[in-house]
Amino acid sequence: MKFKSLIITLLASSIFLTIIICIWKILATLQGLSFTNLNFNLNLLLSLGLVMTCLFIGKKFNHYLKIFILSLLFTILYIFLNENSPMWFSVGIFLLILFFTNKLKKYDLKYLNQDFISEKIVFEFLSLFAIVFFALVILFPFYIMFVTSFKTQTALLINPIDLSIDFSKNIFEIFKSYFVIFKTYDFGRYILTSSYVSVGTVLITLLFAIPAAYAVARLNFFGKTFLSTSILIIYMFPAIVLVIPLYTVFSQLGLRNSVEGLLIVYTATTLPVAIYMLQGYFKSIPKEIEEAGLIDGQNWFGIIIKIIIPLSLPAIASVSLYVFMIAWNEFLFSLMFLDNPKTFTLSRAINHLTGDAETPRQYLMAGSVVVTLPILLIFIYFEKYLVSGLTAGSVKG
Amino acid sequence: MSSTLSKIEKKTAYTLLLPAVCLVFAIILFPIFANVWISFKEVGLKDIRIPEPRAKKIVKNIQDSNSELKIIYKLRNSSLIQDIREVKFSDKLPKNIEPVNLDKRCEFKSQKIKCFFGNWEAGYRENFEIFVKEVNNNAINSKYVKSNKPDLNGKSNNILLTTDFTFKNFKNVFINNNFVELLMTTFYFTFFGTLGAILLGIFAAQLVNQKFYGRTFMRSILLFPYVGPVVALAYTWTLLLDPNSGTINSLLVNYGVIEKPINLLGQKYLIINILGFELKLRLALTTVIFFEIWRYFPLAFLFILARLQAIPKDLYEAADVDGAGPFRKFFYITLPQITAILSILFMIRFIWNFNKFEDIFLLTGGASGTLTLPISVYQQGFAVSNIGMGSAVSIVIVLLLITFMIVYFKLIGKKANEI
Repeated sequence: MKFKSLIITLLASSIFLTIIICIWKILATLQGLSFTNLNFNLNLLLSLGLVMTCLFIGKKFNHYLKIFILSLLFTILYIFLNENSPMWFSVGIFLLILFFTNKLKKYDLKYLNQDFISEKIVFEFLSLFAIVFFALVILFPFYIMFVTSFKTQTALLINPIDLSIDFSKNIFEIFKSYFVIFKTYDFGRYILTSSYVSVGTVLITLLFAIPAAYAVARLNFFGKTFLSTSILIIYMFPAIVLVIPLYTVFSQLGLRNSVEGLLIVYTATTLPVAIYMLQGYFKSIPKEIEEAGLIDGQNWFGIIIKIIIPLSLPAIASVSLYVFMIAWNEFLFSLMFLDNPKTFTLSRAINHLTGDAETPRQYLMAGSVVVTLPILLIFIYFEKYLVSGLTAGSVKG
Repeated sequence: MSSTLSKIEKKTAYTLLLPAVCLVFAIILFPIFANVWISFKEVGLKDIRIPEPRAKKIVKNIQDSNSELKIIYKLRNSSLIQDIREVKFSDKLPKNIEPVNLDKRCEFKSQKIKCFFGNWEAGYRENFEIFVKEVNNNAINSKYVKSNKPDLNGKSNNILLTTDFTFKNFKNVFINNNFVELLMTTFYFTFFGTLGAILLGIFAAQLVNQKFYGRTFMRSILLFPYVGPVVALAYTWTLLLDPNSGTINSLLVNYGVIEKPINLLGQKYLIINILGFELKLRLALTTVIFFEIWRYFPLAFLFILARLQAIPKDLYEAADVDGAGPFRKFFYITLPQITAILSILFMIRFIWNFNKFEDIFLLTGGASGTLTLPISVYQQGFAVSNIGMGSAVSIVIVLLLITFMIVYFKLIGKKANEI
């Protein structure tokens, strides 16, 4: 039993360490270091040795002293056995191993005697690996997007994997892509259009959805159940089946190429989910409060303005953020309806940039950063509201 | 008393609902029905424009006389396909100016020239000239004459409003356009995209449900792919996967994993040899599916995490007492607790992935074996410029969608309300 769990611990932890080192190495390659070999087997052996010594020393030693000395030894061995590398890379290796040996703190030969320990250990390292995996898989494209926007065309052509930012240049040179897209490609205007469309959609949607949601939540009328089920069904219909009729009708009415036309469409497509989310929240507000308002002589309008809205601000916030996100990210309708660069939204503008094969990729990525950054910042800042909006509205997407 | 109250209530309800219902009706329901109409018509993109009579006004001075002017109207039918009937023209002249030798089709009344041009065939053009003079033989300022714009109107057939119907579009959809392959591609994409997103979502939710340092941070990061704009993310991935100088291909070549760069988004098939069997992998489709999974697993993750956090803790404590390991706990406690949410999620995400347009469109544009039904709508309607065909494909989508919804509500509609 003990032997089996020892083997499993050794394998799981050293494979984990080796993979982490490989990832660090790949990331370093993107900073311009010319590694061509991952040395997986060699590093695996090294890691095995490290874990083994760590386990056998166990708790006989001061923990911090132990991990410090072990990491230092390992790093020196690593540098000795692998190819030449700059100082910062070795420091990174050292920190990684420090973190890793610290994780091994509770493992010693005694600990391995517990029940189900091998399963637990595998699970633990699997989780650790999963954290690294998810963080890498998700953040990598964002990282590439960001870093590429600071490169120049020639540098990218010479060595496509060297994505390091050259800080020796002056600020203007580094941010050149951003200056170009704002000056030559008129991105300032697109930001304004996108903000106008998104905020406008939020306001109009709320204006239409709050009364409707109130009616669905509180009032009795003929066809109520039919309406509340059809809200969800309507919501299921995708934009792509609406595109052709809307395109034809909007062309004939002259609403194409107008931001207002886009506003109408966005509002209509987000209304069902907004009503659905709001009515759920309105139902949770105690009726007694409204009845008190009725006795005070308020009419329905007064009740909505003075009682319902102040009480449901959190729900309104999540609906607003969700609708804002949908409008800001929307692509299909802006592609269909906008041909004139004067009316472009950010998404449409980036798509327009790619239409020209000559557009350097750093401009494209700078544009992508410009459209992505605001929405990510809003998301991080208002995460609580947006997450509840997402959960309620995430049947769609 | 109570009946009047309920009447008031009804009235209020309808007034509150009216704006929202009208808007949704106009922008969502009307187009769905309009699709049916358009799909039975032979309409191209160019037929959509309503033909208009147009006139360009040019004012010219006449030699030797500054009290006379020549006005040329360049008249034309804006459409090269359709006729315009009963074209009427009117233009106003400034005070004290009158036309001389007016065309027979026109009359002059209270400073207005009114003309009746009759029918204009498609592509009709005419240079229509009028001479005007000052009544008192004073000099005319040509700017005054030019300032007023002529007004034209006429009747024309709107091809969308006629009643000529044809089955041609549907015949084309089902017979000529490789419908089976289209449908299969759509199903592959939808099924594997949904399944993958849910599996990854289970992993991610299971991960975040544990306690570790930086857990909230991790939770925010996991939602990034969904929150970010499609356009930016799709183009970033295209650049990453680019065969010429994409980061991933260059890295793989650099580390000797592959010899030549692989065109992940542009190659239809990849032939793999496993134990002597030749397997044909739909490469571009697989890549697109992976992007789809990457982008939409956060939604599955959110749902599953919410459900995981609602599982009573004592179930796990009891399992600890019984001596169950983490894997057993997952298969015997967690999984049964989340099957309901998983089935709902699968159905809903299936329906949504079925309709996904942007992702494939931005990555491959439907090329190299990634043509799905929604992309086909766009291609038929706007690339081939056959609006009727596009509508017919839309109708196919709507019909399939309704089928899915019926299945959904039959199977788990009631359960969905309970959760």
